[in-house]
Amino acid sequence: MKKQLVIRNESFSFLLERKTLLTTTILAILTFAAFVVSIGTGEMYISPINVIKTLFGAGEKQYELVIETFRLPRILVALLIGAALSVSGSILQGIIRNPLASPDIVGITHGASVAAVGLLTLFPTVSVFWLPPVTLIGAGVVAAIIYLLAWKDGVTPIRLVLIGVGIKEVMAAITSLLVVTSPIYLTPKVQIWITGTVYGSNWENVSVLLPWVILMLILTMMYGRTVNVLQLGDDIAAGVGSPVSRHRLILLFFSVALAGAAIAIGGAISFVGLLGPHIARKLVGPSFGGLLPVSAMVGALIVMLSDLIGRTAFSPLDLPVGIFTSAIGAPFFIYLLFKNRNQ
Amino acid sequence: MVALETQNLTLTYGESLIIDQLNLQIPKGKITVLIGSNGCGKSTLLRSMARLLKPKEGNILLDGQAIATTPTKEIAKRLAILPQSPTAPEGLTVQQLVKQGRYPHQNWLKQWTTEDEAMVNEALESTGMTELKDRAVDSLSGGQRQRAWIAMTLAQGTETILLDEPTTYLDMTHQVEVLDILFELNQTQKRTIIMVLHDLNLACRYADHIVALKDKTVYAQGHPTETITPDTVRAVFSMDAEIIPDPIYGTPMCIPYSRGRIGRKGGTQPHAHHVAISTAVGQFA
Amino acid sequence: MIKNLLGSTPLKLGGLFVCLVLLLAGLIGSVIFGVVDTSWHVAIDAYTQFDGSNEHIVIREVRVPRALIAGAVGASLAIAGALLQAMTRNPLADVGIFGINAGASFAIVFGAAVFAMNSLGEFTTLSFIGAALSGVLVYFLGALGREGITPLKLTLAGAAVTAMFSSFTHAILVTNEQALNDVLFWLAGSVAGRKLEMLTGVFPYMLLAWIVAFLMARPINTFMMGEDVAKGLGQRTVLVKALAGLLIVLLSACSVAVSGPIGFIGLVTPHLARYLIGSDTRWVLVYSGFLGAILLLFADILGRFIAMPGEVPIGVMTALMGAPFFIYVVRKGLVRA
Repeated sequence: MKKQLVIRNESFSFLLERKTLLTTTILAILTFAAFVVSIGTGEMYISPINVIKTLFGAGEKQYELVIETFRLPRILVALLIGAALSVSGSILQGIIRNPLASPDIVGITHGASVAAVGLLTLFPTVSVFWLPPVTLIGAGVVAAIIYLLAWKDGVTPIRLVLIGVGIKEVMAAITSLLVVTSPIYLTPKVQIWITGTVYGSNWENVSVLLPWVILMLILTMMYGRTVNVLQLGDDIAAGVGSPVSRHRLILLFFSVALAGAAIAIGGAISFVGLLGPHIARKLVGPSFGGLLPVSAMVGALIVMLSDLIGRTAFSPLDLPVGIFTSAIGAPFFIYLLFKNRNQ
Repeated sequence: MVALETQNLTLTYGESLIIDQLNLQIPKGKITVLIGSNGCGKSTLLRSMARLLKPKEGNILLDGQAIATTPTKEIAKRLAILPQSPTAPEGLTVQQLVKQGRYPHQNWLKQWTTEDEAMVNEALESTGMTELKDRAVDSLSGGQRQRAWIAMTLAQGTETILLDEPTTYLDMTHQVEVLDILFELNQTQKRTIIMVLHDLNLACRYADHIVALKDKTVYAQGHPTETITPDTVRAVFSMDAEIIPDPIYGTPMCIPYSRGRIGRKGGTQPHAHHVAISTAVGQFA
Repeated sequence: MIKNLLGSTPLKLGGLFVCLVLLLAGLIGSVIFGVVDTSWHVAIDAYTQFDGSNEHIVIREVRVPRALIAGAVGASLAIAGALLQAMTRNPLADVGIFGINAGASFAIVFGAAVFAMNSLGEFTTLSFIGAALSGVLVYFLGALGREGITPLKLTLAGAAVTAMFSSFTHAILVTNEQALNDVLFWLAGSVAGRKLEMLTGVFPYMLLAWIVAFLMARPINTFMMGEDVAKGLGQRTVLVKALAGLLIVLLSACSVAVSGPIGFIGLVTPHLARYLIGSDTRWVLVYSGFLGAILLLFADILGRFIAMPGEVPIGVMTALMGAPFFIYVVRKGLVRA
């Protein structure tokens, strides 16, 4: 059997790896299965069959309320946040050419945190409705600051990362200043936000997140081949005709837009942006066309399953999803690094 | 015919001046090799000719057209560059790498046309990488890896190819292998090849045209037999050397003097031979 | 060799005298400035003619311990930073950037929340374990891969380990509100509200580490030429690395146990020291120690005035002052890729 599949006619042509195709299909099935199980699990158990029936509008009345009002929006938000963070990390790792880059390492998450924590502590009376836009703006502003400071006849990956780490420290300091100087009763709320949670997500969140994430994923997909050449280094990318600095800026924008939206709704959920792309690369290799959908699904799975654990394992406590993404993510990440140390 | 031309080219690196007011013409369809001592600016010059480095002053013309005002994708269809020791991301296969050379010819809907496929296969074929196309680049040996990168620049389908020390870190077998591939390409497809090489003897063997750089400008240029003389070597590398014809190909071969040993024929003063042997090379050529 | 401000030995010794004066000024300033200003002779009276007044108690129980802690912690962090920068040959090295602070903080929060530990002795032990663990982890992660240790990889590994430990810390704090209130101010890094016993408990270790660090300066000078070169010159590099690592961990662990994580002092001061006196490790260490103490004292005094009547935690102050410097170092291109 040939290892590749060619799709070609007059106006379009693509080369697909069979292995990637197979992995994508399996992951899609897994994601759907996790989705169904996740919806079915909780205080009221609902069997997968009934879940699917209800999803397609043929379920029993008693399930409809639980699924459609409480569980479905939360799980959809978890899924979208996971996909967005993971793809955001894939883009960053590609353009920075380093597998350790991710929105929570280079300071984008921390910029969003300052904006959100500032809103929560300085204006505790303002409606939480403003949290998402303010957070997204925070992420964008910080990314812009990092980019401008890293600019010196163009932006090199190493400067981008290192400046990001520096800015991250400033942002962390401001956040901790805000927390320390704010009234004590606000602190737990802020801590939960910093840890990251999808508790209390509603359809409004879904309707904001869904179109945004899908749009950004499509745009990112269109720039996939640019990520591929940027991965080979600035000289090679420029040599084959990519305007490197401009492309890197555009891709950075996509990455921030995805991470910012996810953080805006779910708080500073960590390690998904680092881990998702890593696992995806192990599965299908670094070529971005295949990497993007796989890393989106891996990220979705991580956040969805982490939330499932947080929701059910310590019932009646509903623990923030961020605890589990880092508890699972961090050791696994270190294991991955260790395992591949000689490559 | 001129492939690349520099006009009053001035290059700087940070504050320091690297190339000063250089006027240089690179012949079309030939192999041109840039030589010079460490840090003389040969790599910088090569990079600037591939528009990877903005000149401080002056112009670079590709087929008579200024590269500063040509869209970068257009240049990429006519000129390819292989920088020094590039690295591929972990797990990228040879074919995936070579495919990236087609970047300037693709758009987001057309990513694998029949032409793309043919060019990639041809590039793999002419570098002898067809068998290895599904292997990960990082799992290959140094020589194979360099051939994969050369295949990528070939797949770009350009008339002109620039290479920055394509033989660094390779052992002698692989150096010759890589240079043979480039020579073949030049002979069969008339591609213009411009490269920086460290090894003076290999440079003389493969080059049609040698450019020796010194003091921020060209010290000498031309066919190796005319250019590589003891005087040039002394001026460019600050070293005394004999130039004798290569016993196999007759191209100039540089044998440096050292202080520690005494010459074989009864310890004759080495300098006595200078003129005679250089003349011999001239006659031989 | 770049020309330094203080080239000759007499000049260096003179500079050291200036440092000593500044240090004394910082200590005195730290004692007399605050929400309630006092004067230096009241401060002396508090010890020579203690009258039990509020002012005297504040001086003996709050101000003096605070000044001494700031000085000792500043010096320790700076020396740890100087050692770290020398050993990794990385101008961006700092115990904060490298995740060592985060590891120590996590260990303390973990111990406080899970085992209800709260004595200084236990904190120091926990802090030492956390610092050692994260230090080894970062060093190990930074050395992975083909090219061995590079500044970029070390910095990223530090950031990743920091992210890991701080998310663990947050996780504990979210599930344990009591612990949250206990450690929050401490977590932001602060030298305020510490008793003198907290310092005296760890000071012998600090002092020991300072002295050993100074004695190690010559081997470190050799090591800085490159590990292979040092080996070739007959140095047992593993021993040098292990000992230096131990010192770094010890210094930062003691500091974190007393004052919580304070970043960037270890980053800035060695640069300042090298700018003044060149790259000889002996002088760099001595100057770093003094400058670190001075900087932290002044940062602490400044922190009292910015948000009157509240206080800005000193860890926030040093980050706000140090991070721009970090960015400056990156932009200046002092980092080898």
